[in-house]
Amino acid sequence: MPSTGPHIPAPGITAASATASSSTAPPPAITATGLAKSYGDKQVLDGIDLHIAEGSVFALLGPNGAGKTTTVQILSTLIPADSGEARVAGHDLTREADAVRAAIGVTGQFSAVDNLLTAEENLILMADLHHLERREGRRRAAGLLGRFDLTEAATKSVATFSGGMRRKLDLAMTLVGDPRVIFLDEPTTGLDPRSRRTMWEIIRGLVADDGVTIFLTTQYLEEADQLADRIAVLDHGKLVAEGTAEELKRRIPGGHIRLHFTEDSGLEAAAALFGAGTRDGEALTLDIPSDGSLSTLRAVLDILEHGGVQAEALTVHTPDLDDVFLTLTGRPQSGHGAGSQKEYAR
Amino acid sequence: MTTLSYAVSDSATMLRRNLRHALRYPSMTVSIVAMPVMILLLFNYVFGSALGTGIDGTATGSTEYIDYIAPGIILMAATSGALSTAVGVSVDMTEGIVNRFRTMAISRASFLTGHVIGGVLQTLASITLVIGVALAMGFRPDATPVEWIAAGGVLALLTLALTWLAAGIGLVAKNPETASNLPMPLQFLPFIGSAIVPPESMPAGVRWFAEYQPFTPIIETLRGLLMGTPIGDSGITALAWCAGLTLVGYLWARSVFNRGATR
Repeated sequence: MPSTGPHIPAPGITAASATASSSTAPPPAITATGLAKSYGDKQVLDGIDLHIAEGSVFALLGPNGAGKTTTVQILSTLIPADSGEARVAGHDLTREADAVRAAIGVTGQFSAVDNLLTAEENLILMADLHHLERREGRRRAAGLLGRFDLTEAATKSVATFSGGMRRKLDLAMTLVGDPRVIFLDEPTTGLDPRSRRTMWEIIRGLVADDGVTIFLTTQYLEEADQLADRIAVLDHGKLVAEGTAEELKRRIPGGHIRLHFTEDSGLEAAAALFGAGTRDGEALTLDIPSDGSLSTLRAVLDILEHGGVQAEALTVHTPDLDDVFLTLTGRPQSGHGAGSQKEYAR
Repeated sequence: MTTLSYAVSDSATMLRRNLRHALRYPSMTVSIVAMPVMILLLFNYVFGSALGTGIDGTATGSTEYIDYIAPGIILMAATSGALSTAVGVSVDMTEGIVNRFRTMAISRASFLTGHVIGGVLQTLASITLVIGVALAMGFRPDATPVEWIAAGGVLALLTLALTWLAAGIGLVAKNPETASNLPMPLQFLPFIGSAIVPPESMPAGVRWFAEYQPFTPIIETLRGLLMGTPIGDSGITALAWCAGLTLVGYLWARSVFNRGATR
């Protein structure tokens, strides 16, 4: 897709970071070609291709109903795909399902813990199912309880746990078997902001300390931006974009300078001066497309000054994942990004 | 060989989990024992003097009504016990933990095997309790030790059949409430059989149903073993029903479970 206008890449972008994951050095943890799944008439996944490097965090971003959970369910051997092929941790998904299962850990959207057992018993249940020796199982359970700050609650029934504790226990249970690839389906949905940050810290720690590969789904753009090395945007069963957060942001002309006015006449005058931009008569604001650079900002101020127009305030908006997401999925915020929307018409 | 030993150890892990549930939250066990005990009390002490007079004492060799109804009501402990397996399986299905099990490299069968073996053990324990209550209320069987063992065997087979059916019910039920309602017909069937009154006393259509439904030959076999009434070909029919229902329940539950994720 050709760049629209003289946009300068956002700071921090280098050629190296943009191409790092396409290098051949580490073997891919997950590959998929043409994954498709439909339920009756409804095509949930419509040909998904994935290539996820080992030791990286991959985020699948999409609105509710985009097919995120279905993708996780297929890749974690829970349901078969109608067509397409995939390999996870070096094993074919259908022919070597048990080898895949031995290498993965899954923490789903709905916490899969045993509410009638204690936290410790839940972890030991997992250790037993991984055929660990009794002593090793207890040692690992104690280690995970400590790591996730659950030691005090270890002998309490899980039924009494808060949502955040439950989610932590869920992830701890996933880790008992030392998985190399971890699927996290909306790991922070329904958590309060503080628990969400704790979860993010834990996820970062997993990659840094254990070198695992993480396949994350989320509907929170901030979460993908915070955690993921690469992001794919899923909408109506199709991947509509893929890249690093920065690459995705660069594709979107979402950056603008917003001028705030105190009265209609100021807004009118400014709109006439710039000729372009999106005006909001209610809020008395004018959005002027911008790449966020200092020179553009100076140019805008110069034009205002020469035209003798008084603006009350000015804010600079750099494109964020919201812009990317809303543009790519065809549900734009009022005004901006409408131009590139057509290219992704469904 | 390793596959088999994993299957055994995984099933044992699942069984431990289910037994721990049953011991820690005994309310379900209490309610499945309470049902047949209540019926026993109700029919013996409240309806007993009226219903008992209509029953030919020579059939059981005893004039006590409790000697007629006890075998059928002991059997109700098996139908009532099936409920807890249906609910237990359904809770696991709706709470997402089953999807965790499915994404682990464990024996596929172990989930259901653990539930069914746990359910059978729990039901046999409650059957023992109900027998104890019946004995305390004046039930006086004339069974020899061999007959007692045979009666226990019939009850165990019936329990196995009903528990597999219950596991299937638990898998297809949308939520635990439905799972606890769906086995209701199973609990009523013994009433429309020879549990409370002999089928000969029923109107023609109902009698035909009562004579041919699975619980009647099983009740008649139990009654014969415990009270010495003639068994005839009820024994064979009872065993055939138990084996058939076990097979149907097992195949049904297995195919539903293997069909895939619930969500």
